[in-house]
Amino acid sequence: MNMNLTLLGQTATFAFFVGCCWKFVWPLVTSAMRERQEAIAAGLQASEEADAKLADAANHAEVELAKAREEAAKIVDAARQRASQMVEEAKADAKSEGERLLEAARAEIGQEVNRAKENLRGQVAGLVITGAERVLQDSVDASKHSEMLDKLAAEL
Amino acid sequence: MAANSSEYIQHHLTNLTYGQKADGTWGFAQSAEEIQEMGFMSINVDSMAWSVVLGVVFLLLFRAAAKTATAGIPGGVQNFVEMVIEFIDDITQSIFQYKSTVIAPLALTIFVWVFLMNAMDLVPVDWIPELALLMGVPYMKVVPSTDPNITMGMALGVFGLVIFYSIQQKGAVGFFKELALHPFPSIIAIPINLVLELVTLIAKPLSLGLRLFGNMYAGEVIFILIALMFSGGLGLLFAFGGVLQWMWAAFHIIVITLQAFVFAVLTIVYLAQAHDVDEH
Repeated sequence: MNMNLTLLGQTATFAFFVGCCWKFVWPLVTSAMRERQEAIAAGLQASEEADAKLADAANHAEVELAKAREEAAKIVDAARQRASQMVEEAKADAKSEGERLLEAARAEIGQEVNRAKENLRGQVAGLVITGAERVLQDSVDASKHSEMLDKLAAEL
Repeated sequence: MAANSSEYIQHHLTNLTYGQKADGTWGFAQSAEEIQEMGFMSINVDSMAWSVVLGVVFLLLFRAAAKTATAGIPGGVQNFVEMVIEFIDDITQSIFQYKSTVIAPLALTIFVWVFLMNAMDLVPVDWIPELALLMGVPYMKVVPSTDPNITMGMALGVFGLVIFYSIQQKGAVGFFKELALHPFPSIIAIPINLVLELVTLIAKPLSLGLRLFGNMYAGEVIFILIALMFSGGLGLLFAFGGVLQWMWAAFHIIVITLQAFVFAVLTIVYLAQAHDVDEH
């Protein structure tokens, strides 16, 4: 073991290297590491907040969706009601219209019958006169016997 | 390669020393005797140079990472550097509870630098010395931490910091009281206390430096002894030596890391003790 100036030389070198490391290496690296830690912490917090926001939004959407569904169901119900109501109304209209038409038809038929009766009565009166003329072989004074003929016609 | 085994070993364990020779001229010592004659006023150029080169490697690597360090996603070198720094920072914070910005960088420098110096042990023992011989350099010891000057030099630096912080934290009087009134808090016991405490104090840097030196020196000697097996030429012994060298190198990876770690942690512990003001 030869102790010599190397001892002091190494002490000086040691001091120099420690100084360099202390001034030029350590602070730079540790500050970068600290910054990264902060950035990561901030990022994690932001993601947590975003998660909460997302959950909130999902809840909100759920509520909105339920509301919309309810609304739609209501509208469909109302429409269905309205439709059946319209059908009922149409049915009632049709029925009354039909009855009215039936009534009119009946009235017309009655009129036709009456007219036919009048006709027949006139023709019968003519036939009766003709028949009577033939029977009497004589001309019947129409004007004289018209009263009697009318009565006869009415009796037919 | 040297003529016989003992010369071979001797050659591997001798530093390249620059100093004043017995005849008054300056130059590199060409033998162990010349180194002895140079005494303290000489310098182990190989240890010093390798230590500085490795220190510069450490600084350049970490400085490169520090300059480009961003808060974004770290890549390659930055990731590695941050891993080491975080490791050292965690240890420092768990041992050293006081406010000081210099302790953690100090521990980082020690850990990485000592690790690099120890790692030179894994370079096959003949490569660099033989290369140096070819270039006309008589000796070349490549593992700085097998030179007690290097390990004790660092321990001395740590010791200086221990003294500095002791006086800074407790004042000169407080520091003296700590030495004089422990472990026996009595005026009469001051001489005994001083002897005990001074021995404790001196033991710190001594054990710190000598532990690293002893471990690395022993490891280096074993590498040299294993390398001796290769001198018999290709054969069974050669193969056996190869296996042994591989095994010892694998084991040594643990040793060099552990010794670097121990040096750094003990430094933190000693500096934490220098800050401790315990009243009892």
